[in-house]
Formats: sequence, C-alpha cells, structure tokens
Amino acid sequence: MSANTVAILYLISALLFIFALRGLSHPESSRMGNIFGIIGMIIAIFTTLMFKSVLSYFEIGAAILIGGAIGSFIALRIEMTALPQLVAAFHSLVGLAAVFVAAAAFYDPVAFKIGEVGSIKVASLIEMSIGTFIGAITFSGSVLAFGKLQGAISGKPIVFKFQHLINGLIFLIIILLIILFVFNQSPSIFWTIVVISIFLGFLVVIPIGGADMPVVVSMLNSYSGWAACGIGFTLSNNLLIITGALVGASGAILSYIMSKGMNRSIINVVLGGFGGEQDASLAKDNSDKIVKQGNAEDAAYIMKNADSVIIVPGYGMAVAQAQHALREMGDILKKEGIEVRYAIHPVAGRMPGHMNVLLAEANVPYEEVLELDEINHDFPMTEVSFVIGANDVTNPAAKTDESSPIYGMPILDVEKSQSVLFVKRSMATGYSGVDNELFYRDNTTMLFGDAKKMCEDIVKSLST
Amino acid sequence: MEANSSEIFVIGLTVFFLACIIGYYVVWSVTPALHSPLMGVTNAISSVIIVGAILAAGPQGFDTSKIFGLIGVVLASVNIFGGFLVTYRMLSMFKKKTKKQKEKE
Repeated sequence: MSANTVAILYLISALLFIFALRGLSHPESSRMGNIFGIIGMIIAIFTTLMFKSVLSYFEIGAAILIGGAIGSFIALRIEMTALPQLVAAFHSLVGLAAVFVAAAAFYDPVAFKIGEVGSIKVASLIEMSIGTFIGAITFSGSVLAFGKLQGAISGKPIVFKFQHLINGLIFLIIILLIILFVFNQSPSIFWTIVVISIFLGFLVVIPIGGADMPVVVSMLNSYSGWAACGIGFTLSNNLLIITGALVGASGAILSYIMSKGMNRSIINVVLGGFGGEQDASLAKDNSDKIVKQGNAEDAAYIMKNADSVIIVPGYGMAVAQAQHALREMGDILKKEGIEVRYAIHPVAGRMPGHMNVLLAEANVPYEEVLELDEINHDFPMTEVSFVIGANDVTNPAAKTDESSPIYGMPILDVEKSQSVLFVKRSMATGYSGVDNELFYRDNTTMLFGDAKKMCEDIVKSLST
Repeated sequence: MEANSSEIFVIGLTVFFLACIIGYYVVWSVTPALHSPLMGVTNAISSVIIVGAILAAGPQGFDTSKIFGLIGVVLASVNIFGGFLVTYRMLSMFKKKTKKQKEKE
C-alpha cells in the first residue's frame, strides 16, 4: 500500500470520527454516529495491519481478541449507575496505552522512522516525552477518580500544606528531566519521567471532592485526547493528531460547561479542596427552625391535586437506583392528566449527562427531560416541584447570599413553584456544606427516607 | 532531512489546530442530554492510538518494543470494544422509549 493510499484511508477514518461526534447533536442521529465511529476505527486498524512492517498477525490478533473480550464483557455487564466509574477506568487505559506506545517508539525508533536507538530525533523525543507525561497523568488521575467514584477511596477532598507548591515543583522536575532525556536519551530517565508523572497524576486528583467529579472526569477525557495527540506528533500520524484534538477539545468543553454549572473556574475546581468545611458553622444557624415533614401519602395527595409537576433528580437518585420507581410514579401522574417533566441541572450526578442516561434507562421519553435554561422559566407556573436526591442545585442562597460558597451558581428555581417536595435521607447539607433555606419554608414538605422506597410508597398511595 | 522533518511537524501542527477548531464546533453542537454518550464515543475513538501500538507490535520475533506494543494493543482494544459497546447501550436506551412512546400514541 502506498503512503498516499494510507494517508487517504486515515483521512476517511478521521472524517468518520468527526461524523460520529456530529451525530450526537440529536438522539435520532446518534446511533448512526456511533456506527460511523466503529467503521472509522475498523478502517484505521486494517489500514495499519496492511503496512509492510506489520507481520505478526497472530500476536496482534490475539491481543485484540483478549482486549476486545475484556472490554465487551465489562461494557455489557456494567450497571448504568456505575457509568462514571467505567468511563474513568477507560480513560486510565488510554493513558497507559499512550505510555506503552511511547515506550515502544523509544525502544524501537526504526520501526517508527524517527531515528535509531541512541540517536532519535530531538523533536520526536520532545513529542514522545510530552505524550508519555500526559498519558501517565491521565492513567493515575483516572485510577484515583475511579476509586473515588466507586467508593473504594473516600470522596472527600484530601488537602495538605503546600499542596500546590509541591505539585508545581514536581512539574518543574519533570520538565528538567525531559530536557535531560532529550540530551542523553537514557531509558532510566524515560522511566523516571513515567513514575514521577504517575505520582503527579495522583496528587492532582486527590484534593478534588466527589461532586466535582464531573469536571475531573471531563478533564481526564480531555487529557487522554492530548496524550493521543502527543503520540500522533511522535509518529507523524495525522489520524492520531486529528482524533486526539477532537477528544481533547470535547473534554475541555465539557469541563468548561461543568465548571460553569457550578459558577467556578476550572482552576478553582482543579486546585480542589472545595466543600465539607463549612457545614458545622453554617448548619447551626437553622437548628431551631421548623421543618415540615411528610410521608408518601402526603406527597401522593399533593401531586394528585396538581396540574403540573417538575421532577428534579440529583445524585441521590442514582445512589438509590430510584429512576425506575420514579418513572412509574411519573406514569401514574401522567395518566391522571398531570403534566410531568424533568429538570436537569448541568452538574447533577457524577458525569456530564449522567441523569439523562439514567432516566433514559428507565424509559422516560427524552422530550420530557429538559435542561436548566429550557425549563427554568416554567417553575412559577408549576404547582409541585419534586426534588429527589438533589440539594445544592436548588438552593436559593446561590442567588441571594453573597457570602455563600455557592453564590452565583445557576440554580433550578424550584422555590418559585407553589410547593416543593424534597426527598432526602436526612437533613444533612449537600456537597457544598451549605444549608438550604428552602427546607424551612412553609410550602416545602420534607420526605425523609430512601429515594427508591419513597417513590415506591408514593406509587402505592397513588394507585389506591 | 532536517528540513523535511520540520516540514512534517508544521503540517502536523496545521492539522492539529484545524482539528481543534472542528472539535470545538462539533462538540458545542452536541445536545447536553447526550454528554455521557459523548464521553463514551470520545473514549473509544481516542483509542485509535492502537495504530501506534500495532506498528510497534508488527515486527516478527520478540523484543522489548514488541511486548510494549502488544500490551498497548490489548489496552486500546479494551477501550475500543468497551467504549463503542457502552455507547451503543446508552444510545439504544434513548431509542427504546421513543418507539414505545409512539406505539402508545
């Protein structure tokens, strides 16, 4: 196969990847998009297998089958509530793969036409080390994010003195090592860069708390793209550069959307340590205020007599796996002629679009699931807001209290609806550690208990 | 030779920036409801890094580079199959219920 044929096939593959992303602009075109992505990948792999230098079909085939079997097994078995962890785990593999490809190029530069052992081109060395560095950070950062999302490691931010200073120093050391590596091309320096970068990846994610994970997961998504780009430059492979840039841009935009949803800069999220510190001082102020508590029958009664209900789901719904019971509740209400819609805050859940997928899993039609700016102006005309497993994203303090840590964050205006039902396990504050004044309002009814059980009980009361 | 390799680098850089701009516009057009599948797809396609791993694993015989390449192929394949399949699962959920909805109507 001539170099030009290869270039054209790679170009087709890159275009198919662009179409794959483009397809996601609408649920109806998205499945075709996914198929474009798969075709693009098949073209890329087969084109590469046609290279004259590629001879070991047996080993490569076996490796693809092993990896493919593992990947398929995991993807088919995974619960939709565990998606954020899964995505984090997958990112770590991209990072690790980038490190291995860079290492392979370093040990056998001839195969990649970037020079010979001990005299690899300077540009290639720099690109290779950058790819390795980003890949290693993506790997360890994702492993830690996975641990936090899975609950294997505490989701609380871990902060210590001079954290950022230490990270900065490590970064400087890595740059120095890369310069050294370019001059002496020693394998030991290469692996030192890998190890220190892995260490830095852990340090970068450790101060970031559980509910900031949507930003972290998107950021790691972005990194995995830039790592692919770095490798693309090393191999002078335009397909890798294009795909890496697409993924990098995608992750960066998602991080931006997520941090805007919290009214915080990406820098602020990345520096971490947010949440959890203030609960003691702020929660006290409201300790003697009265909370109106209700049960499932009360909730059923209130909603049955309404014309319109907006359901606001949050991470608590995912934890309790309440989406199916919730949809059942919505169905009964709709049969009664009540308008039921769902309002999704951009940062609800642990990854971008998390709530949408869970509601889709429970067969909620996507036309009924609306984004913040699509539905926010409808709250004043709504009789009941049913908040399930969400807290901070409804807190009016974000608009009124300038001293609040969540001040300025866009919120869902549930307070403007005639009555609010809060399904919560306890009076505990949300992730931000800020008390929610909505709990103490006259038109608010608190429904304490497990989200799933509460929905099931409401369904029972509605059906009798 | 030196001029040639810097030329290749500049072409790569051109491609890189143009791809970033395409990525920027394409991703902003993605509906927020599909942000999770977007992560699934981008995860799968970023594993196109398998191309590099295959090149490393290509030669006959066994050396360090080849072993690294094969490990890379395994890791990237987990992602390719896993990423596309999980995205397929997510997207088919967005389909299922529209069909049901239409049947109901």
